Amino acid sequence: MRHGDKVPKLGRTASHRRAMLRNLVQQLFVHERIQTTLSKAREASRHAERMIRFARQDTVAARREVATFVGDRAVLRKLFNDIGPRFVERQGGCTRVLRLGVREGDGAELALLELVVRKESEREKQVREKAAKGSGRGGKKSKSPAEEKPGRKSRGKQKPG
Amino acid sequence: MPVPKRRHSKERGRKRRTHWKLTAPTVVECPHCHDPKLPHRVCPHCGYYAGREVIFVSKDKEKTR
Repeated sequence: MRHGDKVPKLGRTASHRRAMLRNLVQQLFVHERIQTTLSKAREASRHAERMIRFARQDTVAARREVATFVGDRAVLRKLFNDIGPRFVERQGGCTRVLRLGVREGDGAELALLELVVRKESEREKQVREKAAKGSGRGGKKSKSPAEEKPGRKSRGKQKPG
Repeated sequence: MPVPKRRHSKERGRKRRTHWKLTAPTVVECPHCHDPKLPHRVCPHCGYYAGREVIFVSKDKEKTR
């Protein structure tokens, strides 16, 4: 029987869990994409979707309802002015969870939680540019699509050394 | 205090453990970089998933794989 198992406890007391999920959801709205463990991402996604559902309505009542979960005024503003309008056309499914694999150390499965319609943050841009530089050979990303997708067997030739 | 009455042979213990088996993880070929990866996960080698680049893997890591 899985009675009473509807909400994942995430190894926390109710207040700790609520506080953590609020943090995750707020950070998601600020950064548009966050990395966390798979189970936290899934649970946070449910709450984030709920907040976006309210934000689409754009009424004072909705704003107050959301304010009970999203404490940060600036985040609240962004949610209603920027994020909400992006998802007006959608019937939910505003967030996406991408599985990343297992974390070294504790073996926890990591995931990215992101808004389906999102902007690249400053930090992300830095990471991308840094990754593109590296010290290896030149731009893999700048190649044309034809070169990017060789046949199955040509892999060895693509990567000398 | 309960205590074992008889010595437990090596065979007995080993027989019990014949059911401890390892299972190999399912591995699929990444459609983008053709390296092996776990299914339904972002490729750790090229950072692609579902045809888009979702995370950025540094060139150094890409080389040393």
